[in-house]
Amino acid sequence: MTDNDTTIKVLPVLTAKDFASDQEAKWCPGCGDHSVLQQLKQLLPELGVAPENIVVVSGIGCSSRLPYYLATYGVHGIHGRALPMATGLKIARPDLSVWVGTGDGDALSIGGNHFIHTLRRNPDLNILLFNNEIYGLTKGQYSPTSKIGLRTVTSPSGVIDHPFNTAALTIGSGGTFFARAFDRDGKFLRSIMMRAALHRGTSLVEIYQNCPIFNNAAFEAYATPDKKADNTIYVEHEKPLVFGKGKNRGIMLDGFTPIVVDLDKEEFSTSDLWIHDERDINKASILARFADDDSLPRPFGVFYAEERITYEDALATQIKDAQKNGCWTLEELLKGENSYEIKSAN
Amino acid sequence: MTDTKKTTRQVNVTSKTSVSVLFAGDSGDGMQLTGTQFANTVAVHGTELNTFPNFPSEIRAPAGTIAGVSGFQLQFSSKPIYTPGARFDVMVAMNSAALKANLKNLHRGGIIIAGTEGFDEKNLKLAGYPEGANPLLDGSLDNYILFPVPILQLTREALKESGLSSKEIDRCKNMFVLGLLYWLYTLPLEGTMETLYAKFQKNVWMAEANIKAMKAGYFFGDETELFANLGRFDISPHKQHGIYRRVTGNEACAIALTAASKKAGLELFLGSYPITPATEILQTLAKKKKYGVKTFQAEDEIAGIVSSIGAAYGGALAATNTSGPGLALKTEALGLAVILEIPLVIINVQRGGPSTGLPTKPEQSDLFMAMYGRHGEAPLPVIAACSPVDCFYATYEAARIAVEHMTPVICLSDGYLALSSEPWEVESPDNLADIKPRFQPAREASAPPYLPYKRDERQVRSWAIPGTKGLEHRIGGLEKQNETGNVSHDPENHELMTKLRAEKIALIAESIPLQSIDNGQLKGDLLVLGWGSTYGAIKTAVEQAIEQGLSVAHAHLRYIHPFPKNLKEILGNYKQVMIPEMNSGQLVHIIRDTFLIAPVSLTKVQGVPFNEMEILTKITDLLKELQS
Repeated sequence: MTDNDTTIKVLPVLTAKDFASDQEAKWCPGCGDHSVLQQLKQLLPELGVAPENIVVVSGIGCSSRLPYYLATYGVHGIHGRALPMATGLKIARPDLSVWVGTGDGDALSIGGNHFIHTLRRNPDLNILLFNNEIYGLTKGQYSPTSKIGLRTVTSPSGVIDHPFNTAALTIGSGGTFFARAFDRDGKFLRSIMMRAALHRGTSLVEIYQNCPIFNNAAFEAYATPDKKADNTIYVEHEKPLVFGKGKNRGIMLDGFTPIVVDLDKEEFSTSDLWIHDERDINKASILARFADDDSLPRPFGVFYAEERITYEDALATQIKDAQKNGCWTLEELLKGENSYEIKSAN
Repeated sequence: MTDTKKTTRQVNVTSKTSVSVLFAGDSGDGMQLTGTQFANTVAVHGTELNTFPNFPSEIRAPAGTIAGVSGFQLQFSSKPIYTPGARFDVMVAMNSAALKANLKNLHRGGIIIAGTEGFDEKNLKLAGYPEGANPLLDGSLDNYILFPVPILQLTREALKESGLSSKEIDRCKNMFVLGLLYWLYTLPLEGTMETLYAKFQKNVWMAEANIKAMKAGYFFGDETELFANLGRFDISPHKQHGIYRRVTGNEACAIALTAASKKAGLELFLGSYPITPATEILQTLAKKKKYGVKTFQAEDEIAGIVSSIGAAYGGALAATNTSGPGLALKTEALGLAVILEIPLVIINVQRGGPSTGLPTKPEQSDLFMAMYGRHGEAPLPVIAACSPVDCFYATYEAARIAVEHMTPVICLSDGYLALSSEPWEVESPDNLADIKPRFQPAREASAPPYLPYKRDERQVRSWAIPGTKGLEHRIGGLEKQNETGNVSHDPENHELMTKLRAEKIALIAESIPLQSIDNGQLKGDLLVLGWGSTYGAIKTAVEQAIEQGLSVAHAHLRYIHPFPKNLKEILGNYKQVMIPEMNSGQLVHIIRDTFLIAPVSLTKVQGVPFNEMEILTKITDLLKELQS
C-alpha cells in the first residue's frame, strides 16, 4: 500500500504546524531524530484524528524526547517502561491513538521484557523504535543492536555481545506487524508510519537512525545513492523482490535459502523471484534474517502484517459478555454473592 | 439445632463465651477447606468470628513433616473478638507433625482430637519423634483432654458402599472431622450440605459421599462414649439482626477499589503481577468484569505499576497490588507517579523479609520503604488497614485521597489481614464518602494556555485527560517548570517544586479525621499506639488491662503520612507511649523523629502475629516500672 491507496479522511484545517509544540527540539544538529519528528508532524494531520485524541508515550533516551515536540498529549516516562505505560493507557482508553517513541536501549535492553510481552499481547500501539545502535543520551556506550567489534567507551576492545535482530525478535515474540524504515528516506518513512497507524494491533517500526555524534555513519551502506541500490531492497506486498541500480537483481528462494540472482542473465526472470507476502510469517522470518548475512541486501518496508484481535478488544469483549444482563450496581457489589441474614441477636 | 433426624442422647450442653479452634494436618488433608466450612457455619449462626489460615509456602511440602503442616485457626464468640485467639482451646491434629508443630499454642487442659492413623510409626518418624515415642500413648499429653479417633478407618467404613475409589474415600476424612466438630459445638450441618451440593452439582454422588462422611462424624460424637464426660458446647449468637458477609482482607481490598471506582464514576484498572500474599486482590478483581473492572496481569511488577500509571493518565482509577519484593521493584515508577502528580493506589500486603524471606507470613517491616523508599524526595500518603474488614475502609480511603489529591497513595496491609476473615455487616453505598475527581474541562482556542501544574488552595493540580480538547500537554519524569509543566533545570524552580510536592501531601492532614482513642481514658499513664494488623491483639490486651484497673489507653493509626493534626497532643496526654510492631521498631523511629519523644518499643519479628498476652505482659511491666 502506498500513500495514494489510503482512503482516510484528511482534516483540511490541520497541518504539520498544528502538531508542532512550542518547545524547540533539543537533539544535536544532524541527528536523525529531527527527520522522524518532521515526518510524524506531516503524518499526524493525515490521520484524521483530532490532536486531543492522540497520545505520544516514551521512555528514556534521545528518541524519548519525542512527545515534548508534538502538540498532542504526551507522557515521557521512565527508562524502558514506555510500552507498559502505553499498554495501560490503551486498555483504559481504547478510543485514543497511542504512539510510542523508543530507542534500541530503551526498548531492547532495559525494556526488553516489556518489548516481547507487549508484542505478543498485541494492544493497538504504534511503536517507533529509533535504532541508532548506540546509547546517545549517556554518551556513546554500546547498545543491544551495536555491531560486533564496535569500539565504544564501554567496549574499548570492541563489542563482544551478539546484537539483537529486531525484526526476528518482533516476529519471534508474536508481534503482528514489523516494518523497517530509514531516517534519510523521509517520504518512505512517512508511508511506513501510515501503514503502522492503519494496522490494528501493535505496529513495530524499526527506524535506522543516524547518531552523528557517537555512531556516525552506522548505516552509511544504505545511505549514499551508489551504495543504496545494491545494499537495500524495498519490499512491497505481492511484488517480486527486486533491487540494484537498474532493478537488475532479484532474490530467489532455494528451499529456505534466499539467493541473489542476476536478472541481466538470461536464465532468470522476475517470475522466478520471491514474491513478497506480508501475511506469510515463514517468509517474513527469512526476510528478518537478511540482516545477519552481509551478502544479502538489507530489506526495508513492511515485512509482516497479521490481523489478530487486539488485547483491549479481547478484554472489552469479556467485559461486555459479563455485563450482558446489565452493569452491576454498587449495592450488589457491597452485598456480594454469599451474604447471609442474621435474624435476631440472642 | 441440627437437621439430623436422629435423637441426640442425653449429653450435657455447656454454654461458653468464646472458643478458639485449630484445624491442623498435612497440607493435603484439606484443613483449609474444613476450617472455611466451619467458619461459614458459625458466621451464619451469628456468633462473632475471626479466622487465620497458616500454611507452608510450598504447595505440597513433604507429606507428614513439620514443614508440610497446614493449619486453619478460628475463634468464635458470643462477645466481640478481634483476633483468632492467642491460644487454642481445641486442636484437631490429623497427624503427629500437626500436633508437634502446634502443641505449644494449645491451652493447658485444652482438647486434642487426634486422627490415630496419623500417629503410626512412619508418621511419628517423619514428625521427628524419637523411636518408640508416641504422644497418644506415652502420657506426655496428660495435661490435655485427648481424644484419639481412628478418623480414616471410620471414614472408610462409612463410605465403603459409596462406589468411590479408596483414594476418594480417604479424601473425605476432613468431612468426618467437620461433622464431629459440628456435634461438639451443637452447630447445624445444613450450610455445609448446601455448599457441597452446589460445589458438586454435576457429581451429586460426590456431594452425597462427603455429606455421609460428615454425618458419620456427627453421629460418632453422638453415639460413642468417648465424649460422654466432656459433653457438648454451645456458643450463643451475638450479631445483631442484619445482612452480613464474610470477607478476607484481600477480598475487602478488591471490593473497596471497585466501590471507589463506582462512587467516583471512574473505570477501575488494576495492573498487577502475582505475588504472595497479595495475589487474591488481582484474582478477586479479575472476576469483577460485570462491574466493568479491567485487570491486567503484567509481565512483571514494574509493568504492573507502570501500566497503572498509563491508565491513570488516561483517567481511570488505577491501582496496583503487591508485597515487599514487588514494592521494591515498583519504587522507581512510584517516583514517576509522584512527579506526574496523578492518582494511583498501591496496596502493599507485607510479608516477612528481606528478599523472598517468609512469603506466607506476616510482618510490618515495609513501613520505612513505604515512607522513604524512593529516590529523590518523593513524599506520598501512607495509610494502614487494621483488620480484614478494615481493609475495605482503608483501601477506599486510599482511593479517595489519591483521586482528590492527585497523588499515589500506599495502603499497607499484611499477610495476616490478607488471609484472615471476619463477618462484615453489608455496607450501604450511602455511607461511603463521595470521591470527586477534578477533571479539567475542555478549553476554547481563544482561552489562555492550559497550565498543567497550576494548583488549587490544597496545592492540587487538575486532572487533564487525553480526549479533552484544548488541554494537549506534555508531562514526564523530568523536573517541570512551576505551572507550565515544561521541562526545567532551573535550580530555584527545582527547590520550589520539591517543596510544593511535599506541601501538597502535608496539607492532606487538613482533610482527614483527627486521631481518636480507641479504648481507655483520654489522659493517663500509658498509651499503646499501634498501626496495622496488631489492632486485634492490642485491643484485646488493653481491654483486659483496663478491666484490671490499669491506666492504659489504645490509639490505632490509620494515617501514617501525614499524621492526624492532633497526634502530638494525644501523645502528650500520657506519661508513656508504647508501640508494638511486627518489625524492629520502625514506627518508633518515625514518631521519635516527628515528635521528639521516646516511645517504648515492643517488637516481634517472627512472621507470627502478636498475641494479646505478649502485649498485656508488656503493659503490666511498664506500668509497674512507672509506679516504682
